Amino acid sequence: MSSLDTSSYRRREESITYSAESAGMGETHELLTLNIGPHHPATHGVLRLLATLEGEVVRDIKPIIGYVHTGIEKTAEQKAYWKVVPVIERMDYLAYYFNSMAYCGAVETLLELEVPERAQYLRVIHLELNRIMSHLVWLGTSALDLGAISMFWYCFRERESILDMFEMSSGQRMHTRYFQVGGVMEDIPPGFAAKLRRFCAEMPTRADQYADLLEKNQIVLERLRGTCALDQETLLKIGVTGPLLRAAGNPWDLRKAHPYSCYDRFDFKIPVGTVGDNYDRYRVRHAEIYESVKIIQQALDGLPDGPHITPNRKVSLPPRHELATSMEALIHHFKLVTEGFRVPAGEAYYPIEGPRGELGCFVRADGSSKPARVHMRDPSFVNLQALAPMVRGSYIADLIATLAMLDPVLGGIDR
Amino acid sequence: MRRERLGASDDFRARQLLARDMLRGDLEGEALERYVEQSVLTTTVQKAVAWSQGNSIYPMTFGLACCAIEMMSIVGARVDVARFGWGAFSASPRQADLLILSGRVSVKMAPVVRRIYDQMLEPRWAISMGACCSSMGVFNNYALVPSDKFLPIDVHVPGCPPRPEALMHGILRLRDKIQGHSPDGWRERYDAVGTEEILPPAADGGSPEQEASGA
Repeated sequence: MSSLDTSSYRRREESITYSAESAGMGETHELLTLNIGPHHPATHGVLRLLATLEGEVVRDIKPIIGYVHTGIEKTAEQKAYWKVVPVIERMDYLAYYFNSMAYCGAVETLLELEVPERAQYLRVIHLELNRIMSHLVWLGTSALDLGAISMFWYCFRERESILDMFEMSSGQRMHTRYFQVGGVMEDIPPGFAAKLRRFCAEMPTRADQYADLLEKNQIVLERLRGTCALDQETLLKIGVTGPLLRAAGNPWDLRKAHPYSCYDRFDFKIPVGTVGDNYDRYRVRHAEIYESVKIIQQALDGLPDGPHITPNRKVSLPPRHELATSMEALIHHFKLVTEGFRVPAGEAYYPIEGPRGELGCFVRADGSSKPARVHMRDPSFVNLQALAPMVRGSYIADLIATLAMLDPVLGGIDR
Repeated sequence: MRRERLGASDDFRARQLLARDMLRGDLEGEALERYVEQSVLTTTVQKAVAWSQGNSIYPMTFGLACCAIEMMSIVGARVDVARFGWGAFSASPRQADLLILSGRVSVKMAPVVRRIYDQMLEPRWAISMGACCSSMGVFNNYALVPSDKFLPIDVHVPGCPPRPEALMHGILRLRDKIQGHSPDGWRERYDAVGTEEILPPAADGGSPEQEASGA
């Protein structure tokens, strides 16, 4: 380990001040500083928490992040626009379709590119499947933290059937690179729609079963109800979005508030909580599963015919069969593969509603074929700030439950 | 360990009758000798220990990034790792035998990973899952460290992320390795002996030696 210089970040960590005196303990009591992580099964990734405890009560907490910093934003600047999509997808690794949607949306805004109807519907189908998948992983691992172990197997069973469909449409289970600038990579294969309909018919029943398992369990209820509530004013001040904000009673959802793609054509509801405690956070996400299924069904019913990607040959690759007959197609293919397409100079911010909140992508173009800057506004990062106000004054067991209900994905936080 | 047929002559029913006779005390002399010869399995202690070690690994509950999600799904019902006795995930490194590095290891995380590995008791193994922690994968930038630079890895599983089945294949290869009939030997095949970045522990039980030119 001698060759890795660890001194600089050690110094930075040691400079963090603990709030021992802020609790006003006087001479008789002493606060305990407990380090949780970066390797801890309850932190949902490599998150490190410095908790200041008075007995069993959390007085203060400081998250320390950066343990999976991957430099994705910097890597994106060194790649052509269409080659950025795979690395962008690996940021928030439970919301890969959302990452690529935000990025592709920003680039399409800069290009002023029209995305075909069918591509938009296919995007919505995959986005909502991804939302269900993300919520299933959250539900399984969160229930695991609360001690309800069998939930994990049920949730991962349904997750596998979603991943089967991703594999069917794109060939990959995770990080599918299905969305492209201008549309989607391929049309859905035969049999996909039938499989999706079967899934949509089954999923609400499965979600009912999860609710039966959890909501009739006294231990789960006691650990979730009335714990670590935070009102919407505080949440908005911090910038929290997504299910956490909706659990506190604010119906802010970008799919309704600022519809993108073709979300304005579907009929769905936004689940909203009342108190903003851990139980509401659980209920909001659980109810979102049903709404996502509804959106998928409507999108599948109204799936229009047409191309799955823009016919603009300056942006999208020509079909394979054209290469043998058309010289122009060959030139376009060559230009796209070697250099990529150029994007006119400008800036764009494209926010979408991810499974954890507002996921926005900022792209700055300088007229070349590589982005000058790609920045993600990742909801996990902003939502993590709410952890300290939520858990201050509650028990350390509630801290674990709150962290689970916060649903941070460290890949998105550190990028 | 190879399963072998006991003998061509005796089928199951015959052996059952023979066992009954033995328990009654009816078997004597040469028949008893032959019965004992057939029933005893001879092995060495080393082989027996290796066999049981390979079938009762306690992996660490340790996830880094995307691959951790796929690592979790090997516990799920489809690729059930508990079938092979590897299902008891242990949250503490002191009770774990196997470190599955699932995801990208950043410069900040590398010392932590090494420390966790050092806290595990011998014998211990490590699987490097996915492209990122084997070779930095699609990123290949300033922020990541390939795990070979700071950890002796037993099995690399390629993929981004690898399917659960791929990880399962890596796990079975590691089981072969633990049980002593490894089909590996790629270093000899590719004439790559002497290219190890982390040398195996010295014979006197000292700490693993690192090459001066490492990382």
